[in-house]
Amino acid sequence: MADPMKIRATLQGDTVEVRVLMQHEMETGQRKDAAGKTIPAWHIQQVTATNNGKPVLSAQWGPAVSKNPFLSFKFKGGAKGDKVQITWTDNKGEKRTDEVVVS
Amino acid sequence: MNHRRRKALQTGAGLGTLGALIAAGLISPGDALAQDWKAAFETRSLQDTLKALGGTTAAESKDITITAPDIAENGAVVPVAVASAIPKTESIAILIDKNPNLLAASFMIPAGTDPNVGTRVKMGQTSNVVALVKADGKYFMASKEVKVTLGGCGG
Repeated sequence: MADPMKIRATLQGDTVEVRVLMQHEMETGQRKDAAGKTIPAWHIQQVTATNNGKPVLSAQWGPAVSKNPFLSFKFKGGAKGDKVQITWTDNKGEKRTDEVVVS
Repeated sequence: MNHRRRKALQTGAGLGTLGALIAAGLISPGDALAQDWKAAFETRSLQDTLKALGGTTAAESKDITITAPDIAENGAVVPVAVASAIPKTESIAILIDKNPNLLAASFMIPAGTDPNVGTRVKMGQTSNVVALVKADGKYFMASKEVKVTLGGCGG
């Protein structure tokens, strides 16, 4: 299992700002190892975010997103105490979900 | 002839091939979705990417703001943020013009979410960063050149 994400969700006025730091290799599939063999691609393909179960963002990523990806977005209609949940799925089918309370 | 394959084709011939296959347990929903937009991530030109995303032409727009450094010292980590002031923005895609595959990330923006997303991308070399925004069924684009002193691919 991958390392936990660092998520911060803060309410500013009527907007909730969410910042996420994920832990992932994000291997492009274009690099070669010392023996000249291509290192297979391994990257996050899909990210979904929900606020109290309601989807607020979904993203599809390619290998061009940096290692240990960072994501920030804002949504309206959130309140303090709401639960923001982020899930990612990589191209090996591995998943990770983390949750944070809006402050 | 492969009869099982024939049968699968027939069953799925009507609407919802994907649905039928998922129902039949042949492929998991995750796989099916992956197939859907995988094509867009494998394209090698702006025009192809646009087509794979379902658009035909994209108009230049001043309502899209790309926040990225003019010079990125490390191409492996280039912070890019895209904000769209176009009403009814549905999705935002970030493309790197000279990367082997252009499309870096695409974001679906449901109503209530600000069309303003930020992430970090890898850039192989100095290139234009293109933001492709879908709003109200139409495509708009904006670009910004980012100079890279150290490439982010390979190495």
